[in-house]
Amino acid sequence: MTLAVEALPGLRPRTAERRGLQHLARRFARNRLALVGFVVFVLIVLTALLAPWVAPASPIKTDFTAYLQPPGPRHLLGTDELGRDVFSRIIFGARASLEAGIISVGLGIAAGLPLGLAAGFYRGRLDDVLMRLTDAMLSFPQLILALAVAAVLGPGLGKAMIAIAVVLMPVFMRLMRAQVLTEREREYVDAARAMGAADRRIIWRHVLPNSLAPIVVQGSLNVAGAIITEATLSFLGLGTQPPTPSWGSMLNAAQQYLTQAPYLSFWPGVAIAITVFAVNVAGDGLREIWDPRTR
Amino acid sequence: MTLFLVRRLLQMVPVLFFVSLIIFVLINLVPGDAARLFLGEEAPPDALAALRHEMGLDRPLYTQYLRWVGNLLRGDFGHSFKDNRQVLPTLLQKVPITAELSAAALLIGWSIALPAGVLAAWRRRTAVDYSASAAALTGLSIPNFWLGIMLIYLFAVNLRWLPASGFVPITQDLGRNLRSLIMPAFVLGLVLAAVVMRQLRSSMLDVLSADYVRTANAKGLGERVVLIRHALRNAVIPVITVMGIQLGTLLGGAVITETIFALPGLGRLAVESIYGRDYQMLEGVVLFSAFSILLINLMVDIIYSLLDPRIKLAGGRA
Repeated sequence: MTLAVEALPGLRPRTAERRGLQHLARRFARNRLALVGFVVFVLIVLTALLAPWVAPASPIKTDFTAYLQPPGPRHLLGTDELGRDVFSRIIFGARASLEAGIISVGLGIAAGLPLGLAAGFYRGRLDDVLMRLTDAMLSFPQLILALAVAAVLGPGLGKAMIAIAVVLMPVFMRLMRAQVLTEREREYVDAARAMGAADRRIIWRHVLPNSLAPIVVQGSLNVAGAIITEATLSFLGLGTQPPTPSWGSMLNAAQQYLTQAPYLSFWPGVAIAITVFAVNVAGDGLREIWDPRTR
Repeated sequence: MTLFLVRRLLQMVPVLFFVSLIIFVLINLVPGDAARLFLGEEAPPDALAALRHEMGLDRPLYTQYLRWVGNLLRGDFGHSFKDNRQVLPTLLQKVPITAELSAAALLIGWSIALPAGVLAAWRRRTAVDYSASAAALTGLSIPNFWLGIMLIYLFAVNLRWLPASGFVPITQDLGRNLRSLIMPAFVLGLVLAAVVMRQLRSSMLDVLSADYVRTANAKGLGERVVLIRHALRNAVIPVITVMGIQLGTLLGGAVITETIFALPGLGRLAVESIYGRDYQMLEGVVLFSAFSILLINLMVDIIYSLLDPRIKLAGGRA
């Protein structure tokens, strides 16, 4: 008898989760566009990781004998105003974009998830205060808040990531709270509680694992937005600092040479657009298989 | 109705409190205090101390906060750190430009999104839907500052059809005003179009599966009548109620487009005050944009409570 009581509450959500993940993976693979997006994203991640081996030249080595060279056999995408190889800079620039996209969303989740969980699980005054706080944070235009936080913290990729995370935090807080509110009313939570499970056990074993799915979906879509925001901050001079290449700061520098060397302004934007499109498509695919309305 | 209004206004009080608190915390995170920023790095210590005292910076934080909020309530947003201009009048001077840009972008965005969203939902899972959805995703994936640069290259540098930057006020010359706005408004409108189209499509899909649409179809009403008169009219409501989000997209986007196209609006003011370390001015822009969004949300809610009887019956939505 004791065995059954022990096993029941622990087993159910875990098997449900596993079955859910397999099912989702199958559905995801059937959505061809989402799959393509995912594959492209993985390729970009690999390129970023293997940048020193993939890139034909150094991204920061200047060559004043070969500045502003148009695309050609020696430099596939030309050289910039300091004679650096644009193609190599774009390959290395993927690092800043991906780091910003993934880490800032991770930070946003790390800050928003526990707060949302606490708000939804304990309700009451804590919930009221936290929800009005998110209302307030969400009433700032995202980019303007990110800009203000980045301006206060000062330039740098790490600080830009914090700024983006601050903007994303209330989104995850809201979402987690909404999830927890529905999960905590479920019968298995009642059952666990009736069997004497403590709050901590209910949260960790039941509510949390079953609430994570929408967070993952939302997070994947936010990675796309975070990549654009980092590029925007870097474009305005607040993100990645020279000489480290980033797509946003490359576009910033290229602006002055728009008439002489328009190719400098072209490729970094294409790189951003392809990366963000891939993440968006994959994220949309995730959301579609998750959203019961579109099934 | 009155009850709804009162409740809605009361709800805003804690939100406004937190908005002010967030900004106050942000200002205090700035390295060096206002007095130093105002007087510069080489200011003599006694002058610094005197100004600190005058500005109340030697008081406890909560006194500073109360004093700051009191000033805000009286419309005193402080003075620029750089040139001592009053913040609020400077902001108000920039508003018409950003407002005109946003209005033009709204017009462009909605005139793309409305037909695209309706068509995509109506012809769900057809080539029309897929291309409209893919176009919207592309719109969301292209950084708007890059799109702006590309348009400048094409239409200003290459074809020389439009001015690359600069602004002519509407009061001076309507034609030149529109020429200076068309590219930035298009860039801003395209992002909005993508956001609105996706919302409208999913909300149309919800409505199209509702009973009353089936009833209307069963009555033998023409497809177009059902689509526009029954479905769209209801589907557009949730899209308009998130107007605050759209306004946030517009104001955020205005920062970029105004910077690239050198339009002297609020967004460019924000960027300039960041470059000039004019945190007082930046604070003003941030506050102002949050207030405008809260105000628009309030107005949208009130207008809907007047138009939509269901909202009144429910006693207001949380």
